[in-house]
Amino acid sequence: MTESPPPVVEMRGISLAFPGVKALQDVDFQLFPGEVHALMGENGAGKSTLIKTLTGVHTPDSGTVLLAGETVAFTSPGDAQQAGISTVYQEVNLCANLTVAENILLGREPRKLGGIDFKAMRTQAAAVLARIGVHIDPASVLESHPIAVQQLVAIARAIAVDCRVLVLDEPTSSLDAGEVAELFRIMRVLRDEGVAILFVSHFLDQVYEIADRMTVLRNGTLVGEHLTKDLDRRALIAAMIGRELGALEAIEDASERRTASGPVLVRAEGLGRKGAIAPFDLDIRAGEVVGLAGLLGSGRTELARLLFGADKATEGKLLVDGAHLHLRGPRSAIAAGIAFCSEDRKGEGLVADLSIRDNLVLAMQAARGWSRPVSRRVKDQLVEKYLAALDIRPANPDALVRTLSGGNQQKVLLARWLVTEPRLLILDEPTRGIDIGAKAQIQQLVTSLAAEGTAVLFISAELEEVVRIADRIVVLRDRHKIAELDGGSSIDEVVGLIAGEHLSEEVAS
Amino acid sequence: MTALTTKLPSRFLPVLATVVLFALTFGVGSGLYDGFASGQVIANLFIDNAFLIVLAAGMTFVILSGGIDLSVGSVVALSTMVTAAGLKAGWPLPLVIIAVLVIGSTLGLLMGLVIHKFDIQPFIVTLAGMFLARGLCFLISVESVSIKDSTFRDVATAVIELPGGVTITYNVIIALVVVAAALFVLHRTRFGRTVYAVGGNEQSALLMGLKTARTKVGVYVISGFCSALAGLLFSLYMLSGYGLHAVGMELDAIAAVVIGGTLLAGGVGYVLGSLAGVLVLGTIQTLISFQGTLSSWWTKIVIGALLLVFIAVQRGLIRERR
Ligand SMILES: Nc1ncnc2c1ncn2[C@@H]1O[C@H](COP(=O)(O)OP(=O)(O)OP(=O)(O)O)[C@@H](O)[C@H]1O
Ligand SMILES: [Mg+2]
Repeated sequence: MTESPPPVVEMRGISLAFPGVKALQDVDFQLFPGEVHALMGENGAGKSTLIKTLTGVHTPDSGTVLLAGETVAFTSPGDAQQAGISTVYQEVNLCANLTVAENILLGREPRKLGGIDFKAMRTQAAAVLARIGVHIDPASVLESHPIAVQQLVAIARAIAVDCRVLVLDEPTSSLDAGEVAELFRIMRVLRDEGVAILFVSHFLDQVYEIADRMTVLRNGTLVGEHLTKDLDRRALIAAMIGRELGALEAIEDASERRTASGPVLVRAEGLGRKGAIAPFDLDIRAGEVVGLAGLLGSGRTELARLLFGADKATEGKLLVDGAHLHLRGPRSAIAAGIAFCSEDRKGEGLVADLSIRDNLVLAMQAARGWSRPVSRRVKDQLVEKYLAALDIRPANPDALVRTLSGGNQQKVLLARWLVTEPRLLILDEPTRGIDIGAKAQIQQLVTSLAAEGTAVLFISAELEEVVRIADRIVVLRDRHKIAELDGGSSIDEVVGLIAGEHLSEEVAS
Repeated sequence: MTALTTKLPSRFLPVLATVVLFALTFGVGSGLYDGFASGQVIANLFIDNAFLIVLAAGMTFVILSGGIDLSVGSVVALSTMVTAAGLKAGWPLPLVIIAVLVIGSTLGLLMGLVIHKFDIQPFIVTLAGMFLARGLCFLISVESVSIKDSTFRDVATAVIELPGGVTITYNVIIALVVVAAALFVLHRTRFGRTVYAVGGNEQSALLMGLKTARTKVGVYVISGFCSALAGLLFSLYMLSGYGLHAVGMELDAIAAVVIGGTLLAGGVGYVLGSLAGVLVLGTIQTLISFQGTLSSWWTKIVIGALLLVFIAVQRGLIRERR
């Protein structure tokens, strides 16, 4: 990228403190027109906070923000939007009770006769969605769609207007490779039209594919700004975590295979639910990690929800320890030692207004039943243990979950289920939005849990991850279980199964 | 489009349930009592509940946005008092009407601003507003003040003849106009859709760049305006102003909205549902008065039971959607 044009966004000496946390300290940041600029850093480094200071959600304690050379002080995200900054925030920040079309266009909807023109609105929304390759009914209610589609809708909202600056805070965390490719295609088009794009992702492959330049933050301070081509992965990771290579080595460790696995813990016989997943058989043994691979909408989450009783099976049965278990709902599953760490951390999972400790204690107590209180000492020990094991930052058990960074909330959600000491742990996208170091830690944790005899069902859109840690891989396609592979299988084998027929079908049609 | 039609039932289910319930109670009434199934009985439902329809329409805005307004009953009482006292003091009628509407909207504005600026629970703020408005009534007069103004009495007693010999009052027309306006604002304007957005997820609505502050305050202004208007209708109906008018009417309005299928948590509901809710409450009342021997407190008991059933149904629906 040429350096000639002046920066469209310039942030100078930005500092912002929350009670007890210095989230940003004297950070400088520049964004040029026609570039994709990646903001990098560990969980809690301050990426989202910097973005929110730019878009008027937070007001900096000191420092100035310039837009096209002029000082601006937005007081609300609406102002920033008006000034041409379109933002996709980290969590899907849309209204689940409204339709897809309204979520895309609300605030700038087409009008007719003094009122909103819903027909034009649906047509416009459909057109924007088509631009990013999504074909869903714009009149459908947002909450009827899975998280990944909601994320795409949020992206559609951001690109539905002409903007000078496009901010994407972890837009790809729930997306499949195909959708990411589609998003990148659009990003390149916009970039070539001169839009300045700010991009955050913990997937280094994606960052290296799309970004022209990077700014690295660590603990709220600026580490440096580099052209992507001048900074290799090792150097980037070192800059992010402040030490050499620890994280990469940890990932190698996690790939060590275990061989021994115990008796069958959970067995599904012809289990299925109409419209969600076709009947399937599945054995999960104590001490093994079973990976679930498949495209978005292939039935991964649906399968997990059946095992957990979150949805009722319409056919087949579930056996735990060889005995028939009639699941009346999640509570009977929890009682049988099954835990389900959901992908929707915002909707189901955490109580944002309680502290980390309270969230963990709630889970602990719910699993044990209210008649058997846990002693304060045991509670504190367990909370300490998981704060450390997952490296949750800040490591302060009294911090409110609402104030944690996205990645750290994900870790608390994981800890919440770990404290219940389940026999079968179902993890749905547990490493979504988690930085590379923490990802390795979680993978290691999963492996060591398995070594201690816990059965794990591991769901992830990231195939590398599934292949690396699973002892066995179940492949799903179009809501059918189509294959079961050994842990030693290569990624190509899995990809072939997942996509093979899919692709040929598309070619045929 | 097919997806739309398959979606509709689940969203409209609560409203549909209320309409069916209305038809059912009405059917029971017609089966039991001669003369129940007449057009005039239906017209009377509207005449006797016009003020409640207006209140419920305003309340629908507030509840949809995720709030609650406990002050509406007291504001109705205050409005009757201002109307009666103003007319007694010889103010011209248009001035009285304007004064009443301005007072109601201002009270709503103040409550909305306090809720928004200081981030205090709407329950507490509007509870304070409820005591305040009730207190103001007695500041004007502790006695009931009757309305003697002739134009006002003429409007109150004027009837409009509909085809089929059915008669209604101007109250009914005003109530229906309010419902139509609410329908338009909620579904056709950006403000209305933002009310739904704020009720669905306030944080998201803010990040989407919507004007959440204006919306949150706005719904209380609307509710205050509707309360004042309902107060005028109530004055037409009672022809007096009194500090003890409309005691507990806020709860009737909330009940009608909830029975009409609006989620108390906000974000989901329809103003037509609230209209149906009022009609259900009215029909039960009519049924009990036709029966003749039952105490009117049975109305309360039936309404209580209905509320429980409806809230249970709503919870079921929410789970279903998850
Ligand atoms: N509203 C808030 N109140 C208090 N502390 C906050 C608040 N928002 C963020 N923080 C703190 O500020 C720091 C930076 O958080 P931020 O969300 O910017 O991290 P991030 O770089 O986006 O991380 P991630 O990759 O996990 O999303 C964290 O320590 C977080 O706990
Ligand atoms: Mg973040």
